Amino acid sequence: MFTSNQVLETIEMIEKEHLDIRTVTMGISLLPCIRETAEKTAAEVYSRVMKRAEKLVPTAEELSREFGIPIVNKRVSVTPVSLVTAAFPDESGKVGQALDRAARELGIDFLGGYSALVHKGTADYEEKFLATIPEVLASTQRLCASVNVGSSRSGINMDAVGKMGEIVKETAALTAKDGGIGCCKLVVFCNAVEDNPFMAGAFHGVGERDAVINVGVSGPGVVQHALKFVPDADLTDAAEVIKRTAFKITRAGQLIAKEAAKRLNVPFGIVDLSLAPTPARGDSVAHILEELGLSVVGCHGTTAALAMLNDAVKKGGVMASSRVGGLSGAFIPVSEDSGMIESAERGGITIEKLEAMTCVCSVGLDMIALPGDTPATTISAIIADEAAIGMVNNKTTAVRVIPVPGKNVGDEVNFGGLLGRAPVMPVHGGDASRFIGRGGLIPAPIHSFKN
Amino acid sequence: MRAVVTVSGTDRRGIIAKVSGFLYEKGVNIEDISQTILGEQFAMIMMVDVTESNTEFSVLAQELEDMGRSIGMTVRLQHGAIFDAMHNV
Repeated sequence: MFTSNQVLETIEMIEKEHLDIRTVTMGISLLPCIRETAEKTAAEVYSRVMKRAEKLVPTAEELSREFGIPIVNKRVSVTPVSLVTAAFPDESGKVGQALDRAARELGIDFLGGYSALVHKGTADYEEKFLATIPEVLASTQRLCASVNVGSSRSGINMDAVGKMGEIVKETAALTAKDGGIGCCKLVVFCNAVEDNPFMAGAFHGVGERDAVINVGVSGPGVVQHALKFVPDADLTDAAEVIKRTAFKITRAGQLIAKEAAKRLNVPFGIVDLSLAPTPARGDSVAHILEELGLSVVGCHGTTAALAMLNDAVKKGGVMASSRVGGLSGAFIPVSEDSGMIESAERGGITIEKLEAMTCVCSVGLDMIALPGDTPATTISAIIADEAAIGMVNNKTTAVRVIPVPGKNVGDEVNFGGLLGRAPVMPVHGGDASRFIGRGGLIPAPIHSFKN
Repeated sequence: MRAVVTVSGTDRRGIIAKVSGFLYEKGVNIEDISQTILGEQFAMIMMVDVTESNTEFSVLAQELEDMGRSIGMTVRLQHGAIFDAMHNV
């Protein structure tokens, strides 16, 4: 049973503090769709996704009505497409187009999995697949791409890192009229996970079953609100408050995940214990850090505050869910978080500080607008730095940056909707081209040899 | 199935009569009511059982919300499981 106060608390969380289920994501294996030609494969892919995810959107809407909690996004992730099109990699775009069409017709905003896993080396077919990414992202609306370039186990594929700098630039150039929006749909990972429900980096791993339901929860506003009641608490007590709040948020996610899985007749996969901000006011991870006592996110102390927040979210969430996975932790995208945007506009946060923050939270440099003339090798170097953090610390890191064509520091780019807006941030002017040009593989760290 | 009806808005005459009358017509049994008035704000929470109702749950929720709007109140019907999940270990 529950009390009236608990009922009111939940309603308050939903109505005033932006508690929501951020995404219900159906992972679908595309391996049974491989046929002898790209056309036939694309047709199979389209019909399989349409069939499996047919009821995803109506079911999520029904759950949302019955439980009275918004489900913001309904999404699909698929097997990395590079594996599906390995026999005809130059024509991978046909499968990409089929997926985009399916997403449109299903009424889902993003579909992830135009992906390749090249962390130990790039196969010929993967090389050709990677070359299709800019054009495919420019000619589709809802398809997301991701590339895993490193892992703690295998090291960092620096040839792929070099290539991805060029691909990011090319993607920006092909979508220049929309501020380089193609780059918002492209993530470069180290230690990518196979069950991530969040975009743009979601794909359905080959170690997964046929289809699965993964859920990402949210609720930065709820955490911030809870902390407002304990302005003088020491950090041990503040961590307790965060933990308790994360528990409640995650329990809602677990309930929806189980119920969605049951109604869709697809196994429940994981709950991603995430704090995912949106550009809406009162839905910001940056504001939680400021609530803890920082004048502006990005100042000294930010990394420590984020480390505590991230850990407390996990501790509260783990107990609330029977299966935890995905990226699990606080997200710190710049353009998708009102507090981050405010700080970036005032010069309060830099890429260097964001990089430090990624050492202690769930993902990486996310949704950062860079000057349009940033060299490809500098973007590769940013990717290499992030990948190194992920590799050495056994965690997922990612880079999703947008070199905005024609824009410079002081300008702003607006992508609209959940992607938000961002001021262009300065990058270090030094040149890493000789380092990136060396290529090869950065060997895996010594602590990867655990067998 | 256990569900929760919450009603909030500016206090006026006949709110309970209207809501409970509607629930009666729909075959919903009221098991518990708690109600408070803070200033002019009216807040009521009802624990209800919808097992006997012939109307589909999500339709019932929508109809209740619409009825609430017609009397200037915010009325929600939610599955009880969400409160149980969030507040009980």
